[in-house]
Amino acid sequence: MRSKINTFRAFFLLLGLFCFLSINTQGEEVAKDAGHTATNDGEHEKFNAGKFIIDHVTDKYEWHLWGSHEDPTSIPLPIILYSKEKGLNVFSSARFEHGKASCNGYKLTHDGHIEAEDNAEFYDFSITKTTSEILLACFLLLWVFLTVAKSYTRRTGLAPKGLQSFIEPVILFVRDDIAKASIGEKHYARFVPFLLTAFFFIFVNNLLGLIPIFPGGANVTGNIAVTFTLAFIVLIITLFIGNKHYWGHILWMPGVPAWVKIFLLTPIEIIGVFQRPFVLMIRLFANIAAGHIVILSFVCLIFVFGSSSDLGGWLFSPISMAFALFMNAMELLVAFLQAYVFTLLTAMYFGACVEEPHHKERH
Amino acid sequence: MNTFGIILMSPLLSPSYGLIVWTLLAFLTILIILKKFAWKPILEALKERENSIQNALDAAEKAKKEMASLNASNEKILQDARMERDLLFKEAREMKDSIIAEAKTKAVVEAERLITAAREIINNEKMAAITEIKNQVATLSIEIAEKILKSELSNDEKQKTLVKSLLEDVKLN
Repeated sequence: MRSKINTFRAFFLLLGLFCFLSINTQGEEVAKDAGHTATNDGEHEKFNAGKFIIDHVTDKYEWHLWGSHEDPTSIPLPIILYSKEKGLNVFSSARFEHGKASCNGYKLTHDGHIEAEDNAEFYDFSITKTTSEILLACFLLLWVFLTVAKSYTRRTGLAPKGLQSFIEPVILFVRDDIAKASIGEKHYARFVPFLLTAFFFIFVNNLLGLIPIFPGGANVTGNIAVTFTLAFIVLIITLFIGNKHYWGHILWMPGVPAWVKIFLLTPIEIIGVFQRPFVLMIRLFANIAAGHIVILSFVCLIFVFGSSSDLGGWLFSPISMAFALFMNAMELLVAFLQAYVFTLLTAMYFGACVEEPHHKERH
Repeated sequence: MNTFGIILMSPLLSPSYGLIVWTLLAFLTILIILKKFAWKPILEALKERENSIQNALDAAEKAKKEMASLNASNEKILQDARMERDLLFKEAREMKDSIIAEAKTKAVVEAERLITAAREIINNEKMAAITEIKNQVATLSIEIAEKILKSELSNDEKQKTLVKSLLEDVKLN
């Protein structure tokens, strides 16, 4: 299993690298293009794949359904802003008119950020596309698991049925193969609720992200703020649950000369405490974002070819779609795999924190 | 701007704190709700079911073991009974043999005693009979002698003859 995960990781790192390189070249074009589109407004706009992809994988203040960048059909989302001078401002993102209008002294910039017109400092707690996707995922999770929980209490001791039998193997998988296997028989039970929640939260958001149309499609787990939050929670938990044995090994590793500890081991171990959740954050973010970018890249290829000649676009579309389809299938696997890897590594960190000293110290 | 700068400045890599706050809120809320209303009953029900299955398996195993031990003890009882029976048979046979032997010796002794007694009785009877016969013979002899004497000495002639014969027999040497 481990070697398989490593192979996948290597594969996706390569893909991610490829995508970043392609964004880079496109990014330079964006810079060139900015002037280009401004001067030739009436002309047929050149398709910009990099901008298109970044637009699709980053957060938005509205839920874009279809239509051009300037006049799209989209679902407006609530904007919640707070500044010391103006207080709390809550209004619909439709009032920005896709960047053409300003509202309550705030305006939407060209690259999709909100700015105060007087450049004052403000806090942005808007329900963005990603936030609303998270809320949707939460409602989904609540609905599914409260239903399942109800059927457990209603049919005590009976064999699982329906949704329950669909969910149960996954719950057992998380409990037995992730929690029990990495934390150990004695301590695992108190971490199972967190691990289950994290697993299903990531898994459902991964899956929702793969749906290209309205209720899905937001790049939640490929957003670094989301993975940061999850990793941050893991960090806080590991800081609080670590036992004497764990901290002893981090701060003053037994059996090593003092100068090695002071100059080498203790700094490294302390970095390690933060580096592990940091890696959790990057891994989930990079895997999911890369997956979205690769699929979008294949779709974009059609329009890149189409922008030189219509025939080219039509001819390339079946090839592109085949690749996109393959990647989508792959992403289904990755959706599960990344939820699994995140949960498994979290469980292993917890396991290290609560591990009992099973060998006698040498001194 | 170099490649590294573009990657770092990319909107992909700049987390927005609004989203962090909302994610934190959403995640902690569902963590608390699910922990209380979903994971607790689900995990408890699973545990309970596993326990009941384990108990059932244990009970079956125990019953199997009991059955086996019961069989074993049955076998042992049967074995014991068989041994007991064999012992009894053996004892009975020995007893029979000893009784027969004893009876035989007793019979021999009794027979001998009887024979001896009989012999004694016979002897006594014989002696008695002989004595009786002797007495009878004596009586008879006396009676005969008496009768003969009476007839012999019935007249003088005869008496003289007798004396004469007797005298003849007596040799005066």
